[in-house]
Amino acid sequence: MIMGVAIGSVSLSPGAVWGVIVDHLAGHPGNSVADAIVWEIRLPRVLLAAVVGAALTTAGTVVQVLVRNALADPFLLGVSSGASVGATAVLLFGAFASLGFWAISVGSVLGALGAMAAVFLVSRQGPTLSPTQLILCGVVLSALFESVTSFLIFRGNPQATQSVLFWLLGSFGLATWPQLPIPAIALGVAIGYLLTLGRSLNALAMGSEPAAALGTDVHQLRRNLFIITSLMAGVAVAVSGIIGFVGLVVPHIVRLMVGSDHRRVLPVGAVFGASFMVLGDLLARTIVAPQEMPIGVITAFIGAPTLIILIRRRPYLYGARG
Amino acid sequence: MSLELQDLSVDIAGRRIVSDISLTVPDGSFAGLLGPNGSGKSTILKAIYRVHRPAAGRVLLDDADLLSLRPKDAARRVAVVAQEFALEFDFTVVEMVMIGRTPHKRAFDRDGEADRAIVDQAIERVGCQDLAHRGFNTLSGGEKQRVLIAQAIAQEADHLILDEPTNHLDIRYQVEILELVSALGITVLAAIHDLSLAALFCDTVHLIADGRIIAGGPPESVITAGSVRDAYGTDVLVISHPETGTPHLIPRRSRSTPAPSSPAAHPPVPPAGTGY
Repeated sequence: MIMGVAIGSVSLSPGAVWGVIVDHLAGHPGNSVADAIVWEIRLPRVLLAAVVGAALTTAGTVVQVLVRNALADPFLLGVSSGASVGATAVLLFGAFASLGFWAISVGSVLGALGAMAAVFLVSRQGPTLSPTQLILCGVVLSALFESVTSFLIFRGNPQATQSVLFWLLGSFGLATWPQLPIPAIALGVAIGYLLTLGRSLNALAMGSEPAAALGTDVHQLRRNLFIITSLMAGVAVAVSGIIGFVGLVVPHIVRLMVGSDHRRVLPVGAVFGASFMVLGDLLARTIVAPQEMPIGVITAFIGAPTLIILIRRRPYLYGARG
Repeated sequence: MSLELQDLSVDIAGRRIVSDISLTVPDGSFAGLLGPNGSGKSTILKAIYRVHRPAAGRVLLDDADLLSLRPKDAARRVAVVAQEFALEFDFTVVEMVMIGRTPHKRAFDRDGEADRAIVDQAIERVGCQDLAHRGFNTLSGGEKQRVLIAQAIAQEADHLILDEPTNHLDIRYQVEILELVSALGITVLAAIHDLSLAALFCDTVHLIADGRIIAGGPPESVITAGSVRDAYGTDVLVISHPETGTPHLIPRRSRSTPAPSSPAAHPPVPPAGTGY
């Protein structure tokens, strides 16, 4: 974290960074340039990256259990593509312009909620949400929303299109203090809630019938998990665009390190996901400085090889074999 | 500790799958549910452990309504072992058995000394000490089934539901698993595919056909060539097990296809139903 704040186009020593943070927490902020860089620009950015990283990892872990599929991630269930529709509408056509810098967030949250409701209604069979139905509906509706986004881009003007593409690839570049509290608290609460569900998730990982036999209210649990992870993904997309790979890969890396017991996977994953994202963001803004690379590029570049190396070392952990 | 089903009926997707199932499993006894594929054995069991909600009827545990208990409380009374399965994300054997403690735990409870002792004992009980730190997915079918029984033991319920626990297992494991279960001394209701095997282990059996009980009682009176023909639509010979005297089924080829052996080698075929 401190490293993430210290390194940048103007390098600062870790000591200087601590100094600024302590000054602010003590209530007498300094006036130096370092102060401005740390407090106004880098710190909110690093904090946001950490929260989003933890949220995507936690949500990814849970969605993989929810649909019993190792290839699932928080964006599988249509949320990110729904959010894209909302955000694209804002960026291209100025919807919600009166809301100022909240417009994109509101747009994408509304899009995410719409997508979530659609997937939920379509995939419901009686009282239960079946894993296969969820995956299929998520994938199909995602494709639909993506084509709506494409249509909007096609109809929009070229300059705005540029900003849409950058937004879609994900970035923490827009992080500011006023923007931080609401999503951070929302994601923090959601992570906290999911951390209490380790045992239930272990039971659910065996399948819905064994979980029922162990005294889990499977219908209710699945519904809660679906709604919470979708909201988390929606909020994460709203504040930082679509940062792929973290929610898919980090849970696997963590499982390979600590096993599949979710009482370990969830907390370790939250910390690891936060660090991973802060590091990724650090690389994103330093590698091609003074330009900034979309963080989605970085997360994929780090995440994919890491996972491949781990899987090749411990192949037996994955896949259902007789 | 008895388990009783009263006029239980279950609908799935608007279709009645089982109707008016009434049976009692007395305290500490081993009851078998027999019947052809699709006859509704699993459906009956799943209504007991809340996968299906009964359309009518009740499930009583010591005369109290099981389905009105909170799910967790019910799971402390009734454990389930179904057919072996694979996990998407592998747990170790110890972790798997520890999951059996779930209904005894609240959200923030940690695994205590007592839980670990119960898990160790359960693993020892099924003879899986050497496998304790192996991944569940790396085990053979029979080993997995023993681990699932250990999980049920760790659940500390006084009733056990088994849904075709010996499917896909070879003969050694079939016997071993049922031996293990009957040695637990708790009340057991098991759907079992193999009638001869069921006869060997069950105190009472209930034969299901088309979602209804067509016969119930001790294996000797229920498993006859006649009842098997009624339920399964096939002819079998029923002989008596030389050691236990329990009914044992011998399949027969249908009469329209002659056996490939010479006629002289054919012993006279006794009339069906007079077997044991």
